[in-house]
Amino acid sequence: MTIRNGGQLVSTETIDGEIATLNLGPTHPATHGVFQNVMKVDGERIISAEPTIGYIHRAFEKIAERRPYAQITPLTDRMNYCSSPINNMGWHMTVEKLIGAELPKRVEYMRVIIMELARIADHLVCNSVIGVDTGALTGFTYMFQEREKIYDMYEEVCGARLTTNIGRIGGFERDFNPTFIKKLKAWLKEFPAKFEEFDRLLCRNRIFMDRVIKAGPISGERALSYGFTGPNLRAAGVDYDVRVMSPYSSYGDFEFDIPVGRDGDTYDRFVVRQEEIRQSLRIIHQALDNLPEGSYHADVPEFYLPDKQEVYTSMEALIYHFKIVMGETPVPAGEVYHSVEGANGELGFYMVSDGGRTPYRLHFRRPCFIYYQAYPEMVKGSVLSDAILTMSSMNVIAGELDA
Amino acid sequence: METQMNNKLLEALQGNFPGKILQAETPYGFLTIEIPPADNVEIVSWLQNHEKWDMNFMTDLCGIHYPENEGKEIGVVYHLHSFKNNLRMRIKAFMPKDKAEIQTMTGLFAAANWMERETYDFYGIQFTGHPDLRRILNVDNMDYFPMLKEYALEDETRTDKTDKFFGR
Repeated sequence: MTIRNGGQLVSTETIDGEIATLNLGPTHPATHGVFQNVMKVDGERIISAEPTIGYIHRAFEKIAERRPYAQITPLTDRMNYCSSPINNMGWHMTVEKLIGAELPKRVEYMRVIIMELARIADHLVCNSVIGVDTGALTGFTYMFQEREKIYDMYEEVCGARLTTNIGRIGGFERDFNPTFIKKLKAWLKEFPAKFEEFDRLLCRNRIFMDRVIKAGPISGERALSYGFTGPNLRAAGVDYDVRVMSPYSSYGDFEFDIPVGRDGDTYDRFVVRQEEIRQSLRIIHQALDNLPEGSYHADVPEFYLPDKQEVYTSMEALIYHFKIVMGETPVPAGEVYHSVEGANGELGFYMVSDGGRTPYRLHFRRPCFIYYQAYPEMVKGSVLSDAILTMSSMNVIAGELDA
Repeated sequence: METQMNNKLLEALQGNFPGKILQAETPYGFLTIEIPPADNVEIVSWLQNHEKWDMNFMTDLCGIHYPENEGKEIGVVYHLHSFKNNLRMRIKAFMPKDKAEIQTMTGLFAAANWMERETYDFYGIQFTGHPDLRRILNVDNMDYFPMLKEYALEDETRTDKTDKFFGR
């Protein structure tokens, strides 16, 4: 029998002694994205896997070198498209750090609400898809309804659903409207019950547990070496969370727990994400209840578009409008790194500015790209069906992987 | 607090590697040092294994190109993070373009593998000792390194668009 220990193949006993090459992907219905793996398999047992990535590489870093700051936000949408708002706001905060903008408390709380909604949407997709891959389609259909409701809420805030381009440098384009608040409150009331039902469907389900426990494990030490962050790292037992370690956007004001797993296997990743959804709900409740009064954007006229009405009536507003749209606002030269806790881990923006209208260099630290390289080590020695589960539980998003 | 830690770390580095910390600054509170490319592994492994500083996490690794800096055109930027001290730092090493070679970090951090492949893919930096230095995001038969500044994003033969007024 083959015994796996931390992803390492301990025994090399073969099943039928014949090694076959299996080309999994790039467009395989089980991989949820454009991933290719050339696997050497012995029967069902994986001997080695070699991922090929870059199928949807769109050269965002190069494009960003020619785009004014405001026009880079839509590029960030298309990285982790399951939680675009987090990417958008991470980018806004990076620019705000560079220009030294002071944000009103209200903006930060509004951002927290949107970012936590995005995290919930992302985790719902990931966890319900783990269900699908183990053969439980029902939970997925129900949780996708809830994700739709989150998208409806985005729509109230920014008008878009998937690639949101939500918010602006300096705040939001408009305040939360009453419909959004109404929808959010209604959703906060009805979602937990449905979510707990979903949780009951899988979390302590014997069939599910037998299927996912010990599938694709990684030790905390290896995970750190591989640059894991986010739920995947926490599932391996390391309590690193950017929201706590380097708080941004007033995360220090809220009370929430960081769930931590132990074995770093598919089950732990599932449970950590489930618990994070509950913690996100806690944060949203706190932010909504204590939502401060004030403006929905910072006082940075050089970067924040003025009201259209003002553009027609006030000279200054017209000048600022022109300069922002043409990308002629001077920014300080310097270099800045800002990271946010994306749904998949530490999403970092390293930007070098030379004072020009565009970044001199912009590098995205994409959590998926960094942790996906551990995949061959995690699936080595496991069976093919576990490899599918491992990939979906790592929540590798093709857009973020390839940038 | 953060400034104090940064200063102490910088002092420790300067004490241990005299003359090898070519430049140091702290833009936006983020300690940034420049080191000679030949010493990258030595300095980073010292930081990684040091009991007090314990830079246990490689956050990021990327390249950068300054065509005007003669003899130092191509750079590699490392972002390290010490969970114990919650301290981040940035290390840069610059190389001449015709000899863009630096030692690999894959021996210290497994995460460096793909990040170095990405950096090679975009900037053509040779990471000596890397186990599998191939292109990662671009197609294998590409014959140039696209993030270098000489490759303009748009078609240079176009005459209807001018950058005269609106920057790069």
